[in-house]
Formats: sequence, C-alpha cells, structure tokens
Amino acid sequence: MRYSLASLLRQACSGHRGWAPAWRDAVPKSAYEVVIVGGGGHGLATAYYLAKVYGLTDVAVLEKGGIGLGNAGRNTTIIRSNYLLPGNNPFYELSMQLWEGLERDLNYNVMVSQRGVLNLFHSDAQRDACVRRGNAMRLHGVDAELLDAVAVRRMLPFLDFENARFPIQGGLLQRRGGTARHDAVVWGYARAASGLGVDILQHCEVTGLLREGARVTGVRTTRGDIRAAKVAVSVAGHSSRVAAMAGLRLPIESHVLQAFVSEALKPLLPCVVTFGAGHFYVSQSDKGGLVFGGDLDGYNSYAQRGNLPTVEDVCSSGMALMPAIGRLRLLRSWGGIMDMSMDGSPIIDRTPLAGLYLNAGWCYGGFKATPAAGLCFAHLLAREESHERARAFRLDRFATGHLLDEKGQGPQPNLH
Amino acid sequence: MRIDCPFCGERDYSEFAYLGDADCPRPAPGAEDALQRFIDAVYLRENPAGAHRELWYHEFGCRSWVRVTRDTRTHEILEVRLAGEDAGP
Repeated sequence: MRYSLASLLRQACSGHRGWAPAWRDAVPKSAYEVVIVGGGGHGLATAYYLAKVYGLTDVAVLEKGGIGLGNAGRNTTIIRSNYLLPGNNPFYELSMQLWEGLERDLNYNVMVSQRGVLNLFHSDAQRDACVRRGNAMRLHGVDAELLDAVAVRRMLPFLDFENARFPIQGGLLQRRGGTARHDAVVWGYARAASGLGVDILQHCEVTGLLREGARVTGVRTTRGDIRAAKVAVSVAGHSSRVAAMAGLRLPIESHVLQAFVSEALKPLLPCVVTFGAGHFYVSQSDKGGLVFGGDLDGYNSYAQRGNLPTVEDVCSSGMALMPAIGRLRLLRSWGGIMDMSMDGSPIIDRTPLAGLYLNAGWCYGGFKATPAAGLCFAHLLAREESHERARAFRLDRFATGHLLDEKGQGPQPNLH
Repeated sequence: MRIDCPFCGERDYSEFAYLGDADCPRPAPGAEDALQRFIDAVYLRENPAGAHRELWYHEFGCRSWVRVTRDTRTHEILEVRLAGEDAGP
C-alpha cells in the first residue's frame, strides 16, 4: 500500500482498520543469492539498494531478534557530513544527500529534520581546527559556516559563554545536518525492501558459516541452514564475533557507548550542539526530551550497559555547556555496543574468504551513514568492486598504512 | 566496576586508565615475518565476548600496571595480577 494523503483520508474514514503490515515476516528459503547478516538500518538499507539499484531481489536479511531492536534503536539520531578527510567526506556527503531524498524514495516518513549541527570551539587552536574542517568541507561542496560568539549567542543565548575555563568563542555550523527518526529509518527500509521482494527473517540468529574450502557458501542459523552465493555481514558491535566464525581477527574492539534522554521540555534547542571542551552532543527530540551522549566508557564490553562514572562525566559536560539544565531529570539511559576500529573509520570491503563481505567498524558514526553504507555495500556485493565514495574503507588499509584517522589518535580504539 | 589492585585494594575503575588487550605482545623485530607480526600486534584483536585479559594502569593510585581478567558480557572481574607477574597458562 502506498502511503499518501489520499490513503490516510481513506483509512481515517474507515476507522483505520485497513492498514496492512508494513513488511512481510518471511519464512526462510533454503538458498538465496545474497544473505545479509544483521537486520539493522545498514543491513536493511543494503537489501533495499541491492533490489532497487542493482536489481538483485533474491536477498534475505537475517536478524537474531526483531528488526531495529539493536544499535539502530540505540543511537542519538544525528545526521551530518562535517568530515575532514578526503576518504571520509564524500562518503558522508553522499549519505547526507540520500537522507535529503529518503522520504520520497521510500514513501515513508523518516522525519528528517535539517535543523543544523553546530560544533562549538573554545580556544584559538580549536578555531583553527574548525576553519580547516570547514574549508575542507567546502572544497568538497559541503555547506559549512563559521560563526563567531555573537552569532552563536543569537542562536543559543542560554549557553555558558563566560565559562572561566572554556569560554565559547564560536562554532562551525552545518545547516543541512540535523536528526532523523531512527526507528522509522529501519521500518521504512524494511517496508521498501520487502516490497521489492526481499525476505526479512526475524529471530534467525547466525550460529556458524557454511564453508567449502576457502569459500563461504552460506550460514548456519537457529532456523536451519541457508545457502548463499554471497554472505554480507552487517552487524556492527558484534562484527568480531561473526568474523571469528570465519577464523578472522578484525582491527576492531567492541566498546559500550551510553546515551541519555531527559524528561520533556518545551522547545529549547533549535539545532544539534556539540561541546568542544569536553565530549558532549545534544539535540531535542520532537517529544521534547533532550537526547545526549558523550564519551565511551573506555573498556571492551558487550554488556549493553555502562558504569556510573561515565554518566557523571557526560552530565557534567552538559552542565558546563548549559547550566540551565541543572534541575532537569533524566528519563532513561542506555548503552549500545560500538565496533571501535583501530583508526576510527569504517570498513566496507571483501574479506580474505571468497563469498564473505564485511560492513563494520562504524564507531560512533553508524546511524548517519545508514543510506550511503547500504548503497556502497550493495554496490560491492553486486559489482564486486568498491563504490567510488567508499574506496578508502578497505580492510587491508591497516597493513598498507592508508589509515583514515579523522582524530589523529593512533591505534587506540577507546580514544577515537 | 571495581578493580582489586594488588597494592591498594579494591578501587573504583575510574582511578585506572585502560590500555586494552594484554595478549598482543610486541614481536621480535628481527623475526623473518616481523612485518606481519607487527601488523597483527598493533591492529588485530580477538575482541572476545567473555573472559578478556587486559591491561589497566592505576594512574590515581600506586601507578602499577595490572593485568585484569574480566568478562566483557557482564563486566565481572575474574582476576587481577600485577602485569609483571607470570602470565600463567
């Protein structure tokens, strides 16, 4: 069923009893052309673009739980393309452009809100870094504006501009950045992929890989063996565990990242803001809650929950930025498991095993990348070559030295 | 999460700095396959879901390096030893 004003009116007149499920909960076949492991945003987007752009519809998406209940439902919903490096920026800009047309493309309201992303700076050195980043973005055709303190004060008068240690000197603004509704992104891609013939298999956990010599020929699952010409792994957070089934070690550590939402407020924050003197990013959801996060806890973890010192650290950063939130109560906090790669950048590539493909290592940045990661992974699966915007995301870059270290931190995943 | 430092006793983990996997030692630079071994040691990790041996530095305490065995699924700490002690089996 196509969603439109007419269909909405028709359903409204008949008591909303005629809505069909948005996607088919399929039963596994014994074999597919492509099996995608992981029914998050990336896996479903990959399936959608495989079907739509590359004409491959004999595709299954395997999800161990229900779709969208993993990291796709645990992020802070920010979309942006304010990247510095030439290997990263064009990829994230492709993603930004896909976000801009996604609702028409999917016929689904994913609530893309281009409310702007503002990165504050608090010192001359940080200003220089923001100028450099802004110039790099503009050289790639991406919008970037440098704001001085007066302009920031006009936008966000309630920030602590006179902070003794970290006075706000200005900010780098990407107006096209903003937020999107993470659950709707999953549902929209699932509906569109399912409509093109993709099978979505929920509660179907991969427990092993089927092999013939050095070739992967399918997956062993809790719903039986499924053969596939190509197995595409898209399980960021748990990539190392699936790779271990293939006997591979990855340049990835799994870390827990906590996020928070406050009780609802009247409209306060008009854009996404990041605090430059600590690690803190915040936006206001349409329901009114402040959605925010900060640093990783910093130790390897698969626990999907963090510890209290990080809660204190994130909240004190928030207080340093916006003292007005001091009496605000937290509604919820939660933890998601990140694939922290050794250079802070992702991997979309073949693996040493024929028939096994990898989309991993998304660190903090997986949600905003969802459309482009899906398109580029689909391109790799269909054409057997990297998409031109994702050529730098090679698995062998750690051996060849072509690292993509946006932060300049070195091979220490908990610091990226 | 609290780490039982062999010198200082049980302390909150926020007194410690985390380095990472304790089982990727620096290879011998003269080995024939030293290049590949260095790539493995610097970049590749087992990243297990379960018991993980890792190095922490007691920065706000005795400044010892300790080797902690911890379950990454539950954060339960199974063993703490000084990093210089015998690594065991």
